[in-house]
Amino acid sequence: MSFELPALPYAKNALEPYISEKTLDFHYGKHHNAYVTNLNNLVPGTEFENADLETIVKKAEGGIFNNGAQVWNHTFYFFQFSATPVTEPTGALKAAIDASFGSFDAFKEAFSKAAATLFGSGWAWLVKDAAGKLSIVQTSNAACPLRDGLTPLMTCDVWEHAYYLDKQNLRPKYIEDFFKVLDWKVVESRF
Amino acid sequence: MSFELPKLQYAYDALEPVIDARTMEIHHTKHHGAYTTNLNAAIQGTELEGQSIEELMAGISKASVAVRNNGGGYYNHCLFWEVMTPGGAKAPKGELEKAINDSFGSFDKFKEAFTKAAATRFGSGWAWLVKQGDSLVVSSTPNQDNPLMDVAEVQGTPILGLDVWEHAYYLNYQNRRPDYISSFYDVINWDEVAKRFKG
Repeated sequence: MSFELPALPYAKNALEPYISEKTLDFHYGKHHNAYVTNLNNLVPGTEFENADLETIVKKAEGGIFNNGAQVWNHTFYFFQFSATPVTEPTGALKAAIDASFGSFDAFKEAFSKAAATLFGSGWAWLVKDAAGKLSIVQTSNAACPLRDGLTPLMTCDVWEHAYYLDKQNLRPKYIEDFFKVLDWKVVESRF
Repeated sequence: MSFELPKLQYAYDALEPVIDARTMEIHHTKHHGAYTTNLNAAIQGTELEGQSIEELMAGISKASVAVRNNGGGYYNHCLFWEVMTPGGAKAPKGELEKAINDSFGSFDKFKEAFTKAAATRFGSGWAWLVKQGDSLVVSSTPNQDNPLMDVAEVQGTPILGLDVWEHAYYLNYQNRRPDYISSFYDVINWDEVAKRFKG
């Protein structure tokens, strides 16, 4: 099976001024694309030759895992944004967030802290466990909560390439702007 | 005594076009500056206060994550600024040249190994040329770890280091880490590396 870079569901400049077109050009056009290309180059002749992406994320090791998980993570990341986002959760998701974190503001504070303090390259995630309980997790490099049996609902990429052209060392500013284009309608559909 | 952000021995634009002035300024004042501040905060009032940076690194397995991350960041960047120069020797000479030839076969073979270590470090980290006794090895470490740390897979005295965190090159090279690595060889201060090799 050959993997493909999915088309973005919005224009490259749609997330301006919070995430710049230039950042998307590189992040999606170069980084995400390279992970897809690398994965396609790595799987032939391995046990993952005919595996789907989720199987690779859950079972693979080394380069196949790194590139496969980064394909999954980036697709998951890019597809949660919108130029006209619903900026707060509603309904059952809102109730679950209130139940787990106290309030949406308390959740945002905890999530922002997790994203800001992940040292090095990685991701912060909102996840749901088998019992339906929500929590926030941090992962390093390509690591993905799917592998731990959790259901990711949304994620913030804190590899420096996600924000360095726009924000340089100011990761907290990127996280603040991240919430301005995050579409809770998409997050709700994953919940 | 607390750690201080060292002054650079050259101007921010001195390494252009290999490393641009804006990258140098942010990297030095913001990133290295933050590691310095955070390291001092992490050791203040603890039994680690007063230890040299080398002592901290040697006992890092017993220190907090904050000391490991920020202490490593402090040491690594101090070394990084010093092993670069806008002028100076462009290739190793003398004993260092001999040690490189003995350990890797040739200078080109060393470059190949070091380039590969820097290019294949997934995520954030560093590539190193490490002295172990009389011989040299190439290694890489994740995040702000380094070969002086008692947790490093390859331990020894780092005599050359290349920062491959994206913040080190993203403004100038974006996703093209290999171009950054190949350009780095144009600004290596081999006199400083030789000094560190002699110890």
